[in-house]
Amino acid sequence: MFPTDRRYSRDHEWAQKENGRVRIGITSFAAERLSDVVFVELPKAGAEVRAGQAFGAIESVKAASDLYAPVSGSVVEINQAVVERPETINQDPHGEAWMVVIAMSVPEEWNHLLDAEAYEALVGAEQT
Amino acid sequence: MTMPVIFERSVPGRIASAPPAPDVPDVPLEAIVGEEHIRSTPPALPEVSELDLVRHYTRLSQRNYAVDTGFYPLGSCTMKYNPKVNEDAARLSGFARLHPNTPAPLAQGALELLWRLEQMLCEISGMDRVTFQPSAGAHGEMTALMMIRACLEDRGEHRTRVIVPDSAHGTNPSSAAMCGFEVVTVRSDERGNIDHAALRRAADGSVAALMLTNPNTLGLFEEGVCEVAEIVHGCGGLMYLDGANFNAMLGITRPGDQGFDVMHMNVHKTFGTPHGGGGPGAGPVAVKRLLEPYLPAPTVEREGDRFLLDGDRPKSIGRVRAFNGNFGIFVRTYAYLLAYGPLLRQVSEAAVLNANYLLALLRPYFDLPYDRRCMHEFVLSGRRQKEQYGIRTLEMAKRLLDYGFHAPTVYFPLIVDEAIMIEPTETESRQTLDEFADALIRVAGECATDAETVRNAPHRTVVTRLDEVSAARKLNLRYTAAERRGS
Repeated sequence: MFPTDRRYSRDHEWAQKENGRVRIGITSFAAERLSDVVFVELPKAGAEVRAGQAFGAIESVKAASDLYAPVSGSVVEINQAVVERPETINQDPHGEAWMVVIAMSVPEEWNHLLDAEAYEALVGAEQT
Repeated sequence: MTMPVIFERSVPGRIASAPPAPDVPDVPLEAIVGEEHIRSTPPALPEVSELDLVRHYTRLSQRNYAVDTGFYPLGSCTMKYNPKVNEDAARLSGFARLHPNTPAPLAQGALELLWRLEQMLCEISGMDRVTFQPSAGAHGEMTALMMIRACLEDRGEHRTRVIVPDSAHGTNPSSAAMCGFEVVTVRSDERGNIDHAALRRAADGSVAALMLTNPNTLGLFEEGVCEVAEIVHGCGGLMYLDGANFNAMLGITRPGDQGFDVMHMNVHKTFGTPHGGGGPGAGPVAVKRLLEPYLPAPTVEREGDRFLLDGDRPKSIGRVRAFNGNFGIFVRTYAYLLAYGPLLRQVSEAAVLNANYLLALLRPYFDLPYDRRCMHEFVLSGRRQKEQYGIRTLEMAKRLLDYGFHAPTVYFPLIVDEAIMIEPTETESRQTLDEFADALIRVAGECATDAETVRNAPHRTVVTRLDEVSAARKLNLRYTAAERRGS
């Protein structure tokens, strides 16, 4: 159900490694839980983020929530398109709706993230 | 049926009233405010007759849904009926026409009312002093956190973190963040209480306070509240109570006895003053002795049979508002408390009884994630309807409007999936509760038999389903000339 080419945080973000950098978004499970997303706030390129800490915020017609960084590092790229069209988060959360790219400062944090199978088990547990 | 906005009624040159000619010399506006502050083109205000004006706003008021027109089970908001006699009291000219700048010796009645109300609130809450300045509950939270910080700094302690459970009101973490604290979230356990083990791990020398809502947003009493207070006090932190749900424990238990050092009260939820649009708000804050020096100045004091305002408070956090709060609201509060007096306990008992009665009627038809005896409100889940019929809680809430009821709170608290939060309050009769339960049970049944009707609800309201997503994504709050031309 969840793509196996990336890892997942317990806070429902996905992280995909690309040449030592990590692309980040929220999972389809999170997007579905939030329902229609109406606003997303991302950090500026160059900002430092810490694993487990908020790096942005997301708001739907149901709720507002923080976005938690799965890994620490500095933000090297942000997806301005998703800020302008937050509905893409509901349409393509694992693809077009990536949010930021982070240059990792603590590479071993990658090993703390869940693989697709473990994340699916976590989501299954939350649903029951 | 849509209704024109008042701008569409406008006809150039039409007026609602003609003021008489002034009996004082005409002074040019430029001479008073200076020419640079005067706009060159007049604002585009609607020009209508008095009758147009009266009809427009009367019609709007008829479309409004209010506690005075129907049952309003909006969980967490305590939409209880406000006795009209309180309005009479607030309109007594000695109170209503008192100028806020009246010197204390000439405002003895108003000061005595505040002083007596402070004694009452202290007795009900188990606290020692009260400030009336904060204008709302969240303003009270901020005032309390400022006092906590002042107290800790006075002790030479610079503490930076505030603990907030995940079942707290959303204003708690925002108030803490506004005051510059780092917010630490602690999870609830499977009974809906704050997780003691997680709390112990979080409670260290950097913790300034725990902000607890009790009963919490699940409508559940914090079972280990005294132990929670021990843990927090044990690490040198202070205990803050979000008193928004105080309505559930009046005359039964007191926050001051549960170990809280400071709390705010929402007088509109607890003591029957009007909500939101019904008038200005008030969020008085009650403190234990240790925080008294830091109370906003001035305080109301009694010397013999005289009442005075004491502004000589060197450790005070200062004013958080002009004058002494929204005084008219406190006249209503005082009238309410005089009327109930020792019967106040029955208010809470009826609120809790009504909620448990309604819960008993509804629980066969919905999921109940935290299955405990509730306090003044309870939280169901629409998960069953979503999984079996693909119908979301929002759609069931919309369908309830067709049956003439205000919808309950939905999707809050966040820790319950598809949350339906219902708070009947103590002022509703058993007959009303039965009618509401019948309607909600009928909606649950329709999910199986007539899903499309539920999915597209409401059908019988003045306006049908609003496009909330577009409204949020393309926010447009201004009526402009371009729209008037019908673009």
